[in-house]
Amino acid sequence: MAVELTDAAPPARPPLYNDPRIRAIFFQAVVLGAVLLGGLYLVHNTIRNLESQGIASGFDFLNTTAGFSISMSLIDYSQQSTYGRAFLVGVINTILVSAIGVFFATILGFLIGVARLSENWLLSKIAGAYIEVLRNIPLLLQLFFWYFAVLRALPSPRNSVQLFSSFFLNNRGLSSPSPVPQEGFTLVWVAFVVGIIATIAVQRWAKKRQEATGQQFPVFFTALGLILGLPLLAAIVTGFPLKWDYPELKGFNFVGGVVLIPEFVALVVALSTYTAAFIAEIVRSGILAVSHGQTEAAYALGLRPGPTLRLVIIPQALRVIIPPLTSEYLNLTKNSSLAAAIAYPDIVLVFAGTVLMQTGQAVEIIGMTMACYLTLSLLISAFMNWYNKKMALVER
Amino acid sequence: MSDTAPSYEVGKHPDQPPPVTAVGLLGWLRANLFSSWLNGLMTILAILFLLWIIPPLIEWAVIKAHWTGDTRAACADRSGACWVFIEVWFRQLMYGRYPPDQIWRIDSAYVIAVAAGALLFVPRFPWKQWVAVFLLVGFPIVAFFLFVGGSFGLPTVETPLWGGLFLTLVIGVVGIVASLPIGVVLALGRRSSMPVVKACCIAFIEFWRGVPLITVLFMASVMFPLFLPEGMNFDKLIRALVGVMFFSSAYMAEVVRGGLQALPKGQYEAAQALGLNYWKMMALVILPQALKMVIPGIVNTFIGLFKDTTLVLIIGLFDFLGMIQLAGTNPDWLGFAIEGYVFAALGFFIFCSCMSRYSQHLEKKLATGHKR
Repeated sequence: MAVELTDAAPPARPPLYNDPRIRAIFFQAVVLGAVLLGGLYLVHNTIRNLESQGIASGFDFLNTTAGFSISMSLIDYSQQSTYGRAFLVGVINTILVSAIGVFFATILGFLIGVARLSENWLLSKIAGAYIEVLRNIPLLLQLFFWYFAVLRALPSPRNSVQLFSSFFLNNRGLSSPSPVPQEGFTLVWVAFVVGIIATIAVQRWAKKRQEATGQQFPVFFTALGLILGLPLLAAIVTGFPLKWDYPELKGFNFVGGVVLIPEFVALVVALSTYTAAFIAEIVRSGILAVSHGQTEAAYALGLRPGPTLRLVIIPQALRVIIPPLTSEYLNLTKNSSLAAAIAYPDIVLVFAGTVLMQTGQAVEIIGMTMACYLTLSLLISAFMNWYNKKMALVER
Repeated sequence: MSDTAPSYEVGKHPDQPPPVTAVGLLGWLRANLFSSWLNGLMTILAILFLLWIIPPLIEWAVIKAHWTGDTRAACADRSGACWVFIEVWFRQLMYGRYPPDQIWRIDSAYVIAVAAGALLFVPRFPWKQWVAVFLLVGFPIVAFFLFVGGSFGLPTVETPLWGGLFLTLVIGVVGIVASLPIGVVLALGRRSSMPVVKACCIAFIEFWRGVPLITVLFMASVMFPLFLPEGMNFDKLIRALVGVMFFSSAYMAEVVRGGLQALPKGQYEAAQALGLNYWKMMALVILPQALKMVIPGIVNTFIGLFKDTTLVLIIGLFDFLGMIQLAGTNPDWLGFAIEGYVFAALGFFIFCSCMSRYSQHLEKKLATGHKR
């Protein structure tokens, strides 16, 4: 029996409510509507609450006199300064502690990560134990340990621990001599900058020459000579225009020199040791990700272990390491906000704490604090993305 | 042929034992600790370091420690650790200021959770999915009524009385249980083809990931009340929980997104070719594979969240660490902070390393042979 074949009718269009495009538009309209309505509702509530509680709004408070003092500030700040100035002090302190923390965490993390991979059984086990312990204990607890149990338990200034008879460690912090530049010191700075510029030039020239002729040039030692030698020469010529201000015990405390407050020391130590444990794992996995064939190939080319690590393994491992390293740096910066728990004057303590308490303008202050962290995060990830792009494999 | 060398018939040469320096303890030592002079130096330094750290630690924590007593007088000589401090404050460290005669409520919730959790580990137990559903849906309800009280003849216990390890677990578990589903939805939204949904999800995720948890908690404690209509107010714990939930779900979303991206496109296409709609495709094909792939990341997020719960002490909730701080600043017990910190560190270490061990176990169990 033959089947009657008719012209295939075009498939019936799905009903409107079943059309994926229409559904998508409808769904998005609902989401947008819900978000906008929710936002409006919150804003409305906030405005009414602020009115009923008599809290001012706007950013005028930034020009009002703060009237409280801050224990550590890199810029001029006194009780007569404004809230805006206090905000700036907080931001600078946050950036300072994060930058120093990142610096130490990176060094310590790389060392421990390499130690974890060491052939030395004992060393690798110690590094492993360090990583395990530090990663599994909350940062706040470590911070408390360093601050309350270690630094607060140090002797009073009269019985401070002396290091090289010019550093004094006590429960008020670490007092160390501070350099006081005298007349003519600018020349040393100029020599330093000239040294750096000359180094860059030498490096470029050496690279070009090596590519052209294959001859190598000892760039590292030349750089060392230029960057350290030129300022030293300048200092000798001008007759060492630098004096040291030594801390001295007067009454109950030290006078002169620089004092690193214990809150700062505790925060830097806790942040860098904690983050170092994470960086160590990242470094380890990065190095392991470079296949062993690369090492063997480098040895076969006659490279010795040092150059192999420096020229073959690390450049490839860095590609794996950089993205997670970026997020560790971001975490460290955000974790620096734990400062509030031990009263280090960072942005959270100064601004979201004291200033908020005094003015009550929660929305503006929390908003500014969050915006500040968001900006910092974006800056760090922008920088690391740029660096990552520079290091990334250039495919030909 | 020289006279000194003994000659053997072909095939009769006696087997020589390997040199003593290549096998056994000596061989191991040579290979692992003293392979070069640098390595040997490092080994010696490491041994000196361990000798410097470990014996004093053991002496402090065990040999010279004070174990019995009920006042600080028991540790008057301060030569070693004062575990009496922990014993005296133990109930507060575990349960906060929860009324002592009501503590059985917390304990019974623990027992239910542990019993149900243990059933999941029994390899051939038939109703596993129902137990899991109970743990995720039923148990929180039971626990809520047990902890808060006010019905079934249980007296109400206000949340300011909650504290100690109990509060830490409440915040951690709520954050963990809530963050996974919200995170999955956010991750799907971020990969959605609908621009509005995508933009909303990206904004939400990046906002919460860009700010530290402390500012989130500050926001929860001072700004949330402003957002709510007049007369309506939540207690501090709930506000903190909401903050923690948003924060951790943003992190979870990024972890899940990693899994979604790692899945080959063929899986999506195959599911669509089978005629599955979006939700079925996600629930039956994509998510099971994607989530399995990111188990280590998920557990890392859980561990991070669990450690971060300590931050609630900054807004005045007395969790495990908060209780230890409180006990350490009690005028009768000043100066015993270290014992408290060591105890807390041990507690957190046990929880966190159990979680990471479990994730390794799960990873191994769920591996379906993509490993080379």
